[in-house]
Amino acid sequence: MTTTRSMRQIRAIINRNKLSEYIFSIVGLLSMLIGIVTLLALIFDLVSDGAPRLSWDFFTSFPSRRAANAGILSAWVGSLLVMLVTASVAIPIGIASGIYLEEYAQKNWLADLIEINVTNLAGVPSIIYGLLALGLFVYGFNLGPSVVTAGLTLALLVLPVVIVTTREALRAIPNSIREAAYATGASKWQMIWDHVLPYATGSILTGIIVALARAIGETAPLITIGALTFIAFLPDSPIKGEFPFISFSWLLAPFTVIPIQMFDWVSRPQEAFQVNAAAAGIVLIAMTLAMNAIAIYLRYRLRKTIKW
Amino acid sequence: MIGAKPTRLSPKLLRNLRERAIEFVLFLAALSSVATTIAIVAILVYESILFFQKVSIWEFLTDTQWTPLFDDKHYGIWPLVSGTLVTTVVALLVAIPLGTIIAIYLSEFAPPIVREVIKPILELLAGIPTVVYGYFALLFVTPLLQVILPELPGFNMLSAGLVIGIMIIPYVSSLSEDAMRAVPAHLREGSYATGATRLQTALRVVVPASISGISAAYILGISRAVGETMIVAIAAGGQPNLTWNPMEPAATMTAYIVAVSLGDLPHGTLEYETIFAVGLTLVLMTLVFNIIGHFLTKRYREIY
Repeated sequence: MTTTRSMRQIRAIINRNKLSEYIFSIVGLLSMLIGIVTLLALIFDLVSDGAPRLSWDFFTSFPSRRAANAGILSAWVGSLLVMLVTASVAIPIGIASGIYLEEYAQKNWLADLIEINVTNLAGVPSIIYGLLALGLFVYGFNLGPSVVTAGLTLALLVLPVVIVTTREALRAIPNSIREAAYATGASKWQMIWDHVLPYATGSILTGIIVALARAIGETAPLITIGALTFIAFLPDSPIKGEFPFISFSWLLAPFTVIPIQMFDWVSRPQEAFQVNAAAAGIVLIAMTLAMNAIAIYLRYRLRKTIKW
Repeated sequence: MIGAKPTRLSPKLLRNLRERAIEFVLFLAALSSVATTIAIVAILVYESILFFQKVSIWEFLTDTQWTPLFDDKHYGIWPLVSGTLVTTVVALLVAIPLGTIIAIYLSEFAPPIVREVIKPILELLAGIPTVVYGYFALLFVTPLLQVILPELPGFNMLSAGLVIGIMIIPYVSSLSEDAMRAVPAHLREGSYATGATRLQTALRVVVPASISGISAAYILGISRAVGETMIVAIAAGGQPNLTWNPMEPAATMTAYIVAVSLGDLPHGTLEYETIFAVGLTLVLMTLVFNIIGHFLTKRYREIY
């Protein structure tokens, strides 16, 4: 080799390689910077546009035709109620399916079908869930564009996320825990309920927070079911002063949510409404970023503390 | 159970029954996802059949105008398809190069601490509500672009596509990075042993070895871009427009569904059925991408 290539040529090749390594490192850092700078620009843009509108009144006023008086009362109450329905449907069904697929399912065509299906559902555009809900819940079951329809729509939408994270959480539990439980005479369900699930709770919780953070920001499927953009009243309170103290009439009430309220404001030409949109955006982004941050923190802590 | 009264149902049988019941309930929960899929397909197909009884498939596939809400009604899907494809292509031109470079950098170059910090920050990009991105595209990115391109209209597919691209970077980068990290270390070591640099190892060993995972990440990115709704509904304008120029305003399939849903749509009318026909087209399009991706993945899968 030394006869065909002198030391100088080899040095030149090494230097060229070093240079390309160096250039790639810079390009890589710049690429990440583009993402991070965009994120920061988005947050600063929202905050600088909308922060002046954020006040106590903004949270306690109904939307109004006069931008300066408009607030997000009906929107955040609506978001809260819809999330209540979404969580109480998606969490039990999602965890139960995750447990079935990971702990019970035999290797057969049905389990494969469910498995492929969950993966595919995660890739279905969210607006298609809106069409499903429009055909099935709004007109099929005659639930109308109500809180319960919205909650069910978002529950179906985030179900794959809950199922997948539950399965991953269960898979991370070593088999020795299962075998130890069986060795003491526990049944399969006792093993899962008393031993495996408690260890998996942290990771499952992370998945649930991510799923709900996604649901809270979803707009398109809720517009598709026919949610109104202007709601100047609140649904019936779920808690009553007199017997039986709990009421479910809010489930069928019309509603709006923060993303829809923001969309309504941003599509108006007047600048004053766009300031409101920015303020609603701050609220929305604060909620979703906080939830995502909690999930990331939980994941980080769980990975650090658990040593099997 | 010594001393307990003998009952017809022994504890063992009871326990077995309970176990069976629990397994059955869990099974039903798992079936709910299959039921969802069946319901989606059934509803899209049912309403679309009603639509195609009134509008011929030929017109749907050949007409170059989509104006179901005007007096002069046309039902050609192409303007919506072109809008969807243009915004998707713009988005992918941003997301695929950036996402892939970030993945290679994080997986092969970055020190662990950088990866631990940067990856979750980038993932936040995917967590921001799309309606907020729509606001950002319309009121920040478009004015910024207009400084460089003064003729750019207020509504355009370019800024919508760029912002979708930024949004889907983490889908591409995180999944690709996971795939690259799963490549066994001995492949890298073999490459280094022949004198290859980190960049050469990354591009000629790690990327080819993880190509199936990387293409899965691309497919997910494409699905997200095709199905993205609020960004285009806000920033691209709502007029169906048969054009391949990203500087023009246009409507995508998803934006059309949103625009129509905002009005009061009477159930059972032709306008009501159009959104299901558009929805079915959208699902078929994502399905085609998924199938292509599946075969590409199979074709190029490396076995090690």
